[in-house]
Amino acid sequence: MVKVTVDGIDVDVPPGSNVLQACEAAGKEVPRFCYHERLSVAGNCRMCLVEIEKAPPKPFASCAYPVAEGMVVHTDTPMVVKARQGVMEFLLINHPLDCPICDQGGECDLQDQAVGYGRDTSRYDEHKRAVKDKNLGPLVKTVMTRCIHCTRCIRFSAEIAGVPELGATARGETMEVGTYVEKALSSELSGNLIDICPVGALTSKPYAFVARPWELNKTDSVDVLDAVGASIRVDARGPEVLRVLPRLNEDVNEEWLADKSRFAVDGLKRRRLDSCWVKRDGRMAKASWTEAFAAIAARVQGVAGDKIGAIAGNLADAESMLALKDLMSALGSQNLDCRQDGADTDVSRRDFYTFNTSIAGIEEADAILLVGTNPRTEAPLVNARIRKRWLAGGLTVAAIGPELDLTYPAQMLGNAPALLAGLRDGSHPFAGVLKNAKKPMLILGAGALARPDGAAILAACWALAAGSHMLTPEWHGFNVLHHAASRVGGLDLGFLPGKGGKGLSAMLGGGVDVLWLLGADELDTAKIGANTFVVYQGHHGDRGAARADVILPGAAYTEKNGTYVNTEGRVQRGQLAVYPPGEARPDWAIIRAFSAVAGKTLPYDSIEALRARLEQTNPVFARVDILPRFGCTDLTGPAGDASAVAAAPFVSPVPNYYQTDPISRASPTMAECTETFATPARAAAAE
Amino acid sequence: MAETATAAFEQPESFAFDAESEAEIATTIAKYPAGKQASGVLPLLWIAQRQMGRQTNSAWVPVKAMDEIARILEIAPIRVYEVCTFYLMFNTAPVGKFHLQLCTTTPCWLRGSDDVVAASRSATGLKGWKEVSADGLFSMTEVECLGACVNAPILQVNDDFYEDMDAEKTKALIEALRRGEIPKPGSMSGRQTSAPDGGPITLTTLSFAKAQ
Repeated sequence: MVKVTVDGIDVDVPPGSNVLQACEAAGKEVPRFCYHERLSVAGNCRMCLVEIEKAPPKPFASCAYPVAEGMVVHTDTPMVVKARQGVMEFLLINHPLDCPICDQGGECDLQDQAVGYGRDTSRYDEHKRAVKDKNLGPLVKTVMTRCIHCTRCIRFSAEIAGVPELGATARGETMEVGTYVEKALSSELSGNLIDICPVGALTSKPYAFVARPWELNKTDSVDVLDAVGASIRVDARGPEVLRVLPRLNEDVNEEWLADKSRFAVDGLKRRRLDSCWVKRDGRMAKASWTEAFAAIAARVQGVAGDKIGAIAGNLADAESMLALKDLMSALGSQNLDCRQDGADTDVSRRDFYTFNTSIAGIEEADAILLVGTNPRTEAPLVNARIRKRWLAGGLTVAAIGPELDLTYPAQMLGNAPALLAGLRDGSHPFAGVLKNAKKPMLILGAGALARPDGAAILAACWALAAGSHMLTPEWHGFNVLHHAASRVGGLDLGFLPGKGGKGLSAMLGGGVDVLWLLGADELDTAKIGANTFVVYQGHHGDRGAARADVILPGAAYTEKNGTYVNTEGRVQRGQLAVYPPGEARPDWAIIRAFSAVAGKTLPYDSIEALRARLEQTNPVFARVDILPRFGCTDLTGPAGDASAVAAAPFVSPVPNYYQTDPISRASPTMAECTETFATPARAAAAE
Repeated sequence: MAETATAAFEQPESFAFDAESEAEIATTIAKYPAGKQASGVLPLLWIAQRQMGRQTNSAWVPVKAMDEIARILEIAPIRVYEVCTFYLMFNTAPVGKFHLQLCTTTPCWLRGSDDVVAASRSATGLKGWKEVSADGLFSMTEVECLGACVNAPILQVNDDFYEDMDAEKTKALIEALRRGEIPKPGSMSGRQTSAPDGGPITLTTLSFAKAQ
């Protein structure tokens, strides 16, 4: 450790730290624009100037100056203040005075720091420069005249997002930040540019002129649009969710958020189910809760338990899944499934279906094999973490599956599942890489488990992991990457066919008379038997509701307190930010209310009681926000014949990243993204 | 301003290096250690600009050429755009066969660069900077100090300096270029490099001065 004195406060900082970090360790705030903890140091805004004793008598840019033993730093001397005031005056020379119409207003670094270091009037009489705005696609709005050339966005896109498309062209007075050749930023992380831009140059296009930050109610919650479970903050005004921002969580999303999670929220206001509907004489008619429950109860009356079934969708919370499971067993049914894609899983052990290395654990790995997955579309933040690990050096990545652009180099081994056998017996050259790696990882996409030979793929991957030092008492390198937020929770609480119960395909093909869909929209509703009575409980008028005989309006993830388990097996709680629209109610409460009508009253009246029941069902639900990491001592593999792997190539389960669930399908922003990014790709692929 | 590639002129559909350029590229890249070939971006841009001059009589670097350089050097295209637009010696828009680069920085200005600019305008018929004459022969660019202030004012034609210019000499130079002649570059007043006009004025008693 290096001893540094900042304003009379002694601090110890690790060698290699910069002076700015030492100042922060001493609790001294240093203004900055270009410096960002997670980006390379640029040192070009000059706002973080400090004075250092026994150094040349000049202000130092603290972000770009390394600490030395015994260094004495001052952050508030007259020289420092005057220097920063000078920098601020220069920054404001060309910055427009449009704060009243700027979306960054109220959360703008330049605005805040101008209060501390700005002059009350400008001494600049000349014309300010104006810069043409750039078109960066449907998500990021640009007002380039406001740009102060901190280059954070350039560094973010090149380093974190891995799409080096932004740059600073020309020089001096004519310097501009942009793409030079006009194009939309081809990244699933582009929304983060809005967060890192310290001024109003890059702002949210869908959120333009919508609200001021001080008008918003901010609720900490968790994202459910993929299985990463990023920590988010839901900003709402009145009954409307206006935007979603990432929240710092080093273990999951660091401070980033994927575009779908950030921008799909306008789908929460469209195509919503806000009252009950019951089919009468072949037509759907609005109904009250009493009528809807009566209609279901009348239909369920007399139906044998094994002719009733339930399927949970990808956005379902654990509480409502458990309530539905309890309701089904009260009705005598074992027909449950939370795997809308028909995936084959072995739930005899939790590490057969979770991301055991953990997302933060990726940073320890030195070899990664991706099997049948495209993390860039299935979990962009996991992909960003792999890229971060790759940037640190010494990581080899290979992929079995379709050709991918992962933003880091990966050996494309081919798209034949048979390669797994070659890797297992060591005949494939990459087997050597895995053997020599100290902490190798295998990431198996959940899409591969949905194949007819899913169990075989799972067994083959486990066998490969077991045979290539991925499973040791200290290190668990076997990972399943899910893309459905509800999946691990559903598997944890056993929302699966019970003894003699029917699974997804049996329920769909007319195997049940009454089918309860809990937000299940990702299944082929045409396969549901013509005489099956369908109850759809959910929040959007999507595929499931279109087939339903009774619709029960539920709450979306921003409108209820719910527990979700991410792909790592991390139990997290989402919180109610706004109330559900109209007649809609939290999903567990709907099921609890119906149970009383059906005469099978469930034994919990509050969400606390239901959560106690959750913990009783599976103790993992007691460990909220905590993810203990385990090694692997028992190498016994999951059920399934590793040699029964079929020859069919892997196919991505997420063909269009921007539309994967009822919320993103209802979102106009996501539709625009699909048109901009996904459609040309599909057209190119068809050629 | 040349910050975006969407200007009034057309970018060529494609660009490929010819054999002469390819040979130059090979020797250029060989100068850098393996894996550090990205350092060759400046020479490669220069090679591309010269090739355009050879092939089209307009020495500039189209976007397609920058993309090609990025491909050869295995770097992102934007990194080439950044470098190319930073250095004003790279033309990101078409120029004339004779690209007149007129210095108007203080020493040249004091020595009459305004007259040189006016003479260039009237002789070529060009009204503004960055314009290319209809016959494709001439274009004018205002440049910063060319580093030859002792022989101010300077008019640079493509890669060559014409020094000690005035309005008459500028007109004569441009007429000569129009006829297809390339006058000898250097001082147009006849003095040797930057020696005093009309012969030595100091140390005249020394033998070598008398000999001259």
